[in-house]
Amino acid sequence: MVKAFSLASILALALLAPALADDKPDPAADQKAFQEFFVKKFPKVKYDDFVNGPYSMDEGLHKQWEEKEQFPPYEFAVETGKEMFSTPFKNGKTYADCFPNKGIGIRQNYPTFDEKEGKVITLELALNRCREANGEAPYNYLKDEMASLTAYMAFTSRDKKMDIKIPSDPRALEAYENGKRYFYTRRGQLNFSCATCHVQSPGERIRSEVLAPALGIMNAMPIYRSEWSGMGTTSRRLATCNSQTRAVPLEPQSDEYRDVEYFLSYVANGLPISGPGARP
Amino acid sequence: MSARNIVLATVLVMTGTLPARAASEADFKAAYAAAEAAEKQADQLRNKWITTETELATAKKAAAAGDFDAAIAAAREAEALANASIYQATSEKTRWKDMEIR
Repeated sequence: MVKAFSLASILALALLAPALADDKPDPAADQKAFQEFFVKKFPKVKYDDFVNGPYSMDEGLHKQWEEKEQFPPYEFAVETGKEMFSTPFKNGKTYADCFPNKGIGIRQNYPTFDEKEGKVITLELALNRCREANGEAPYNYLKDEMASLTAYMAFTSRDKKMDIKIPSDPRALEAYENGKRYFYTRRGQLNFSCATCHVQSPGERIRSEVLAPALGIMNAMPIYRSEWSGMGTTSRRLATCNSQTRAVPLEPQSDEYRDVEYFLSYVANGLPISGPGARP
Repeated sequence: MSARNIVLATVLVMTGTLPARAASEADFKAAYAAAEAAEKQADQLRNKWITTETELATAKKAAAAGDFDAAIAAAREAEALANASIYQATSEKTRWKDMEIR
């Protein structure tokens, strides 16, 4: 009887083991599966072109975009951002004093995980913290100055490969997992998750909009959107996605938004920064 | 009440000719409190819906204008929407995995 029981236990464990292994967080495996999913779904799209969102999905739109890039609508934001970036604060310091490599060509490393604080730090958050540390008031996270600053910083990182690190810290893994869960969770009265549009339906239209693939979606931030008649940050994009599903947006730079940006950026590692971008 | 009056009242109710009791401010307050409690729970789950907020605002506005029937209807709608958002947030705690790319 004891022998039979032991055998049954071993068999049960053997059956359960793969299921348990499936639930163990494995960002590297997620990243591989995520990238392969889009390559398989869109075999004709050049890999690096995924960062161009809806333009990678539609040949006609791609042509329009190429023409638009001759006189890109985000150009003013880049110029303004450059000026803001080099203008000293009242205490004489500048943004360059707050960042590695004086803030130039570092966009691809954000969001980063701060092991001291145990939280994800986005570029937008780091910029406002820099301002506050130097006695300046923080900017609105959604547009205007913040969009201009991040547009300039992204521009100095163009074509650099996204390079997000998940340190060996259980809190970093937890933040990544929280971001992943947020991405796939349905919300709002329309019962949509981020994945409903950007995994299940990229290339399809919602009204007149062509939906962008989730792969590389953060690489183009911030963006000029014709629909907004202006620039918007990652915070603005996430809040708009929420309200489009009839969910009340969370506060900008809430843990959820920071974590989902961390997740989406990590799975896009290896793809070039294309920001600032322009979208219909 | 005589049997004749009871029959008459029944007929009037059945034909809808007897006016229903108008909703009171107290009825509205009870309906609104229930909706607000549900929305608070949705907020704790980080899953409030815009439509719930709209109905709550509509209810308040109607009550301020003294239209308690409309206010109660909006509050009840808000409560139903908030309950749906709670259900969604609760069921998604495990269901999100169905959508995951593996």
